[in-house]
Order: sequence, then structure tokens, then C-alpha cells
Amino acid sequence: MSTKPMNTPEKGASSCSRRNFLKLAGIGGAVALSDLAHASEQTASPGKGAKGVLVDTTLCVGCRQCEEACNSANRLPKPDKAFDDESALDEIRKTSPTAYTVVNRYNVNNVSVTRKQQCMHCVEPACSSACIIYAMEKQPNGAVTYRDDLCLGCRYCMVSCPFDMPKFEYSKAAPLIKKCQFCFDRQVEGLQPACVEACPMEALKFGNRNELIDEAKSRIYTQPNNYIHHVYGEHEAGGTSWLYLANVPFEKLGLPMLNSKPYPEMTAGAMSTVPMIMLLWPVLLMGFHHFTSGKDDAHNGHSNSRHVR
Amino acid sequence: MKKLIHLFMGDPKKMFTPFNIVSGIILAMGFTIIGMRLIYGIGAVTNLDQDTPWGLWIGFDVLCGVALAAGGYSIAATTHLFGLHKYEPLVRPAILTGFLGYVLVVLGLVLDLGQPWRMPFVMLFPRGVTSVLFEVGMCVTAYTTVQLLEFIPAFWEWLGLEKVRQFWSRMTIWLAAIGVVLSTLHQSSLGSLFLMAPTKLHPLWYSNYLPVYFFVSSIIAGLSMVIVESSVSHRLFSYRLSPGSHFDLDELTLGLGKAAAAVLYVYFFIKLIGLAEGGHWNLLNTTYGYIFITEMIGCIFIPCMLYVYGVRTQNAGFVRFVGLWTVLGIMFNRFNVSMVALNWQLTPHYYPSWMEIMLSASLVVLGIWVFRWIVNRLPIMSDEMPVVGTNTLKALWAQAKAR
Repeated sequence: MSTKPMNTPEKGASSCSRRNFLKLAGIGGAVALSDLAHASEQTASPGKGAKGVLVDTTLCVGCRQCEEACNSANRLPKPDKAFDDESALDEIRKTSPTAYTVVNRYNVNNVSVTRKQQCMHCVEPACSSACIIYAMEKQPNGAVTYRDDLCLGCRYCMVSCPFDMPKFEYSKAAPLIKKCQFCFDRQVEGLQPACVEACPMEALKFGNRNELIDEAKSRIYTQPNNYIHHVYGEHEAGGTSWLYLANVPFEKLGLPMLNSKPYPEMTAGAMSTVPMIMLLWPVLLMGFHHFTSGKDDAHNGHSNSRHVR
Repeated sequence: MKKLIHLFMGDPKKMFTPFNIVSGIILAMGFTIIGMRLIYGIGAVTNLDQDTPWGLWIGFDVLCGVALAAGGYSIAATTHLFGLHKYEPLVRPAILTGFLGYVLVVLGLVLDLGQPWRMPFVMLFPRGVTSVLFEVGMCVTAYTTVQLLEFIPAFWEWLGLEKVRQFWSRMTIWLAAIGVVLSTLHQSSLGSLFLMAPTKLHPLWYSNYLPVYFFVSSIIAGLSMVIVESSVSHRLFSYRLSPGSHFDLDELTLGLGKAAAAVLYVYFFIKLIGLAEGGHWNLLNTTYGYIFITEMIGCIFIPCMLYVYGVRTQNAGFVRFVGLWTVLGIMFNRFNVSMVALNWQLTPHYYPSWMEIMLSASLVVLGIWVFRWIVNRLPIMSDEMPVVGTNTLKALWAQAKAR
């Protein structure tokens, strides 16, 4: 290169392409780094420390003491209907920003079944992978907790959650998401979740998720006529920390029918194309540009004056 | 001082036109609604609830806004990257429309967010890197900046800073290329957002190809929007065209129509592939099926054929009409994915409140006002406009200081 005069086209072309190459290398490096960040942010798989709760709906009597315990543990405002008012079960209720768990009564083939509902604390949570700022954090103990100091209030977690558990404070000027935290603070202190502790029927059982699955299966095995032969939550949406047993089909109890595909995988394919597009598009586009502007050179005798503004 | 007011406000006597009065009322109502939202919360002004967290402000302000602003990258790529320089006169209006469109998208998003003042957190604490929404947020921010950089040369020209403009223009090609990359990413990601709702989005619309559909249809929306926007603005702002520039808008319109027809044709068949892959043919004979067929035939197939007809008969006026039809058709698709077919099993289903509609309308009005304000001053419609020049500004500044 040094043997040629400075103003030859070859020199210009080679330095230009080297600069372009460096630019592309810079973009590539940035993409690679962002991909590393990706890898480190993988959601936790259910390890040995992952806790869960087994809900046996055949034992639940609908006393709503779990609701009351949740209400006081989370210091939530008292509801309109008192917790001992059984008429609350006459309608199907949903959780709300002021009630993280509710018990509903379903009539299935003239059998009345009560089921407590709350955040399922998915093994691979949809809300966590959807959240723009990872305000829904998956904890090693299985809880999906919420960072109210980070949340933007975009409500994509609500769109993503198949169980519709994140609830939004629509009537507040600075609204946040509210949902069951699996009594994370209590668990840190070595306590059970408030609702489990309050249950007088032992319909709720807190423990290691793996052991609870074994327990659920042994209940089905020992009382095969008493249960649908399925543990809801073992595989649904990739698995949930909260598990259900029932003697009627689960879809009759307001639980969505889901396959075992974890929700983060729904968008993983689309997200994996991001680095490809970032690396391939510039090269292809600049290639196009070279072809088309080359033609311009031959026919019009100029390259930069027209398409540069 | 009077001259300064004139420069920034226009002739005060000509301000009270019927359009200005009507749009002014819409804007005033919009600001009132913003005030209500800030005091009483999102629930007070919208029909959103715990089952329907996203409504018109996402479906129209964000999804339609981004799709219709795709003209910026489409035309910039056509002209600067693919070397079709005859479309150059359309670049600046398209970039300006695109830039303003994105600013309005961000504004709409600010109003829809619960804690909009935390938006900088996304960049300060980039934690949600697995989130599609994170990618959308980063790309929209970056691309809005790119569009601003693409637009700034018009500003240098206006000031008569020729050297600065020339230096700035070295970035043009790269900005166009980065614009295409960022647009590919976030246009498609807006479709990916709904991949997280397999149980909530109607099976006829839910498809793993959603990101591809959103990207391809954004090209259609962008081209059609440039057809519509150029025809309207060349009629309204014909006095801003310099006498020297005699480009044939009809010819360019026909060219864009041809391109839009080709992309619509492809779009129709990739939608059909998605339908075949989903295999929900039985759902076509339901209410939602009829909506889907309306979209496929009325918003994709027929506009495609009409574009072809318009181009073959060299009827630019007809192509403009089809352009408007296509724009509305793509909006219909975005409404379907984000509102009509989302939570389709929910009864009663969401419909927007009048305040949601009014606020979206006031954003559109705001966009038109700012567009008009800029076109009436900067060299957008043509690059041969008489410029303000630094001397004029200096003189005005001296006058203002003297008082």
C-alpha cells in the first residue's frame, strides 16, 4: 500500500473497506456481548431448594381462612364481605390488587368443589421473561417476586400470564402490579406462607416441590377413585410451584388447559434471530448499495453527490 | 419581535381556520384527558381492566403508529441503499412523517404506562434482556434517534450551513442501513409480543410467523402511507415546492404502487401458509372466521389486485385511493391482533372508551400540526427553498436583544 500514491482509487477503496470492516466488527462485538448477557439471565430450573404448595381440592371446604391470613399478612384493606360470610362463594371471584388469593366454589356434575387460586409461581415464569426490566424476579426458592421500585407499569406481564395473576392498580395515579409473593419475606424467616399456616383442613401442604409431586402421586396411587389421575402444575407451562389435585376435570375449576412448553420459549425463537439480523442485514444492505452505486458510477460518472443529502 | 412571532407562529390573522378550530378543540380535550389520567389513574379514562390490560392506546397509538411510520425506512432504503434515486423527493417528507410518528408513539406509550417517569430505567438498568418488549423499547429509542439524525440536514440547509450539512451527509448511507436493521427488529418484534398469549389470541391470528407478518406488512403500510402522505402534502403544500423541481409525483406514485402490490401478494400467501400450518379451517365459519376472511380478502387480496389494476392503467389517482384502502387494511390487522382477536373468549369484550378514542385523535392532530409547522419552515418538500440563513437569525436575535 505504501508504494502507491495516496490518491489512487485502490488505496481509497482498501482503507474504506478496512474502516467499514472495523465498524462491522464493532457491531458484531456488541451483539456478542448482548448475547452473553442473555445467557447469564436464564431463568432457574426447579432445583433442590425450590419450594411448592400442594393444593388438594378434595380436602378444601371453602372456609376462606387462607384468604383472611393472606389479607393480614400482606396488610391489605378489608374486603366488603367478611371472611366468614359464605355468600362470597356464590359468585366466581377473581384475584385483585387488594386480594392476592381467592377461593371459588365450582359446581361440577352436582358436586361442589372449592379451589383456592393465587399466583402459580411458574418454574419458568412468563411474566419474568416478558418484563421489560425483569421486575418479576424468579427466586431460588421458587417464588416469583415483584420489584415495585423498577416496574414501569406496561402490563405486558398481564398479557403474558396464562393464569391472569398480575393485577394492576387502575385507579391510582402511580399504579403498580400486585400479586401473591409466595410470602417470600416469611419464607426467608423460615416460616410457611400465611395461607398454608392458616388452613385448618391441611388442604394446603408446603414443602419441596419435588417431594410434593411424589406426595401427590402417592395420594393418587393409594386413593385412585378419589382423584383425577393428574397433578396439575407438574408439567403445565413448563411446571408451576403450586400443584393441584382434584376429583373433577381441572378445566372445570377455572384452570387453563396448557401444554408443557415453558412460556419463555414462545418468544425465544424470535429473539434468537436478533443477532442474526443485526449482523447479516448491514452486510447485505451495504452490498446492495455497492452494486447499485457502482452502476451509477459507470453511467453517470459520480457516486456520492446524489444519494448523499 | 413581530418578525420573530411571524417566523414561529405564522400569520396570526390566518390562524382561525375551520380545521384549526376543530383540531384545537380535540387537542384541548386530549390535554384534559391526560390531566385526568395523571390525577385519577388509567382506569378513570379507559375501558381497560384486569382481563384487558392493553387497548386502543397500544393497538392504535403504538402498533398502527409504528407500522404507518414505516415509510421512513422503506423510502430511505429504496433511495439510498437500492439506488433508486428518482424517489429522492419523497425521502424528506417520509422521514419527517416517520420521525413524528415515532415521537407520537412514544408519547402514546408514556400515557399508557403506569410509571412513565421510569422509562429511563430500561436503559439505566438493562435487566430484561430476554424480553421482547425490551428489544422493542431499545430499537424504537435508537430508531427515533436515527430518524432525527436523518432529518437534521434539512435543518442545516434552513440555516444555510452548507459545510455542516455536507459533513453531516456522510452518515446518510449508514443511517439508512441502521434504520433498516432497527426497523426489521422492532417492526417484527411488535408481532412477537403476542407470541406470549397463545391461549388468549384467537388461533386464526396466533402464528409463529407473527413477527414475519408484522415486518412484511409494515413495508406495505410504509409504502402505502408514503403514497397517501405525498399526495395530500403535495396538494396542501404545493406552494412550498420550488419552481425548479419538476419531478413527476404520478410516476413515483405508480412505482410505489407497483412495489406495494408485489409485497401485498407475498403477504397474502405467507398469511395463507400460516393458516394452513395452524390448521384451524373449521374456525373460518365462525364470527371470528368472517373477520379473518374480511382481513385476508378485503384488506390484502383486493387491494393487491386494485394496485395492479391502477398501475397497469397508469391511473395515479386510483393508486392513491388504493393506498388509503391499504393503510386502513393494515390498521384493521393491528386492531384485530391487539384488540378484537385478543381475549376473544372474554365476555363482555373490551371496546375503547370515548376518552381513549379522543386522546388517540388528539395525538394524530398534534402530529399534523407539528408536521405543518415544520413543512412551512424547513426545506422538506424541496431542497431548493430559500433559506432563513444565519444572517437573518442573527439580525432577528439582535433586534430581540435591543428590546
